[in-house]
Amino acid sequence: MSSSVAAKPSTAPPAAPAGRAERSLVSRVLGRPEIGALAAAIVIFAFFYAVAPAFRTLPALATVLYASSTIGIVAVGVALLMIGGEFDLSAGVAVTTTALASAMICYQFSLNMWVGVVVSLLIALVVGFVNGYLVMRTGIPSFLITLSTFFILQGINLGVTKLVTGTVATPNTSAIDGFTSAKAIFASDIPLGFITLKVTVLWWLLFVAVGTWLLLRTRTGNWITAVGGNQASARAVGVPVRATKIGLFMGVSFLAWFLGMHLLFNFSTVQAGLGVGNEFIYIIAAVVGGALLTGGYGSAVGSALGAFIFGMTTQGIVYAGWDPNWFRAFLGVMLLLAVLVNLYIKNYAAQRR
Amino acid sequence: MTDTLAEHAAPDLKAGTPLVEMEGVGKSYGAIRALEGINLRVNAGEVACVLGDNGAGKSTLIKIISGLHGHTEGKLLVDGQERHFSSPRESLDAGIATVYQDLAVVGLMEVWRNFFLGSEIRKGKYPMAPLDIKAMREIADAELQKMGIVVKDINQPIGTLSGGQRQCVAIARAVYFGARVLILDEPTAALGVKQSGVVLKYTAAARDAGLGVVFITHNPHHAYLVGDHFIILKLGRRVLDKKRSEVSLEELTTEMAGGQELAELSHELKR
Repeated sequence: MSSSVAAKPSTAPPAAPAGRAERSLVSRVLGRPEIGALAAAIVIFAFFYAVAPAFRTLPALATVLYASSTIGIVAVGVALLMIGGEFDLSAGVAVTTTALASAMICYQFSLNMWVGVVVSLLIALVVGFVNGYLVMRTGIPSFLITLSTFFILQGINLGVTKLVTGTVATPNTSAIDGFTSAKAIFASDIPLGFITLKVTVLWWLLFVAVGTWLLLRTRTGNWITAVGGNQASARAVGVPVRATKIGLFMGVSFLAWFLGMHLLFNFSTVQAGLGVGNEFIYIIAAVVGGALLTGGYGSAVGSALGAFIFGMTTQGIVYAGWDPNWFRAFLGVMLLLAVLVNLYIKNYAAQRR
Repeated sequence: MTDTLAEHAAPDLKAGTPLVEMEGVGKSYGAIRALEGINLRVNAGEVACVLGDNGAGKSTLIKIISGLHGHTEGKLLVDGQERHFSSPRESLDAGIATVYQDLAVVGLMEVWRNFFLGSEIRKGKYPMAPLDIKAMREIADAELQKMGIVVKDINQPIGTLSGGQRQCVAIARAVYFGARVLILDEPTAALGVKQSGVVLKYTAAARDAGLGVVFITHNPHHAYLVGDHFIILKLGRRVLDKKRSEVSLEELTTEMAGGQELAELSHELKR
């Protein structure tokens, strides 16, 4: 390695550099964060395709994609946040908070549904901002800050809903003004002739595309990777670390809001206890997709593959006629494998060659 | 190497003009005085070496100049004007670039992304303007080649480079972005002899290009190879402040090793 460090004597003109070569295709492909998830997705798809005949139909694919999208939408934000070196354990219940807030505000005050949509967006952004601000201000690990937010929101979800409605679910909102138009945006079915897709699938793909573009093609993306990879170094070269990280937390809460709106307009009513545990599924999807727990590495496409793996598995187990309780065991195995593969890929990528 | 560095150095730099001056600068963290009464002058085209043991206050000194922590007493002058930096961005904008020992680069990011980190080229001024990746790759590649740093592939993660190369990329980056003052924090601490040599040559090249260099180290041998002016810190105070002509390597080494204290210790331990 040291041979390529040869600094030339100050008098000699820079000669054509020796030892300069494009890295091989294999080396570059293996250096991508999402390669492990891609392989796993193919294997799992082939597996369920083989064992579950019901899995092979197009409607089944639509169902799988829908299940994937409900994980994947938030997982994109969580993946970017993790690349930025932070965690958000409150994302799962924040989804429920936004849905509850807009349902109850509109029902109690007889407001147009769109008012609830906007107000709950503001609530979500405030939650994200507070998470980010506290993490940056106190230096306490985001794991602890957002764990607190998680409990606070979970308590508020149940407590406020009980106070307002007397039960643990919101009243049916489908008769409220603006419900239909909001449903068209957040929860409609898109007939494509051969297959009918839930609109969330399209939103999911859009968010993944935007996330990928942001990460790889913009200055903001550079900063995200840098603050996660080496915060002190990023700060030293003038990257606005605090703004970048707070923005990432707000991005996650924005996507949580989006999913919350989908749940509200899809089911018309929201259960206050919903969403607990989903924060881990988002994190696992991001990690399976190649995001490092320590930050600085990962991809938005990877999070989509991770979400797709979970969509396939939750539905695949049903199509295969197995006990759905196995899903959790599978989740654990996938996470373990993903972490091992990521470790290998990271070492490979960072190896001195 | 020297010539290409000089091409990028700010043209108004004239050897000998003071770029950064500290007068009686000190820093307290609450009740703890980390640094006090520091006088330091960094001239264009000179290397000022700051030596000291662990905890001597070297890092505090760097943090003041590079804008990570503001000073609490004394005056800091940059280009003759009194300044008080409250963020690294302000310091960078004043032409002061800092290359930190172990956090000079982001290991898993590509070489070109590291080169332009914090000063990215974009295809437009609007908030989400895309990066001009092609231009950045080409410039980073050309600059590194010109400066004699050969990397296999500009797209490889910078963590795959050797320690010396990473330091050199960080220095080249600072010079390319028009730094007038270069602060090198223990650039040779983690390096082997050969790699250290590369970095020292680079330091000398930056000096010859007219930059003011602050070279922080605990290795008097490395300091003496490139330094014009030497300051030794101990427990936050200045214990030696001499020009190159006034001090010998032996004196520096003895002082760094503990000087009088060491002599007493050797007397005590004598059997």
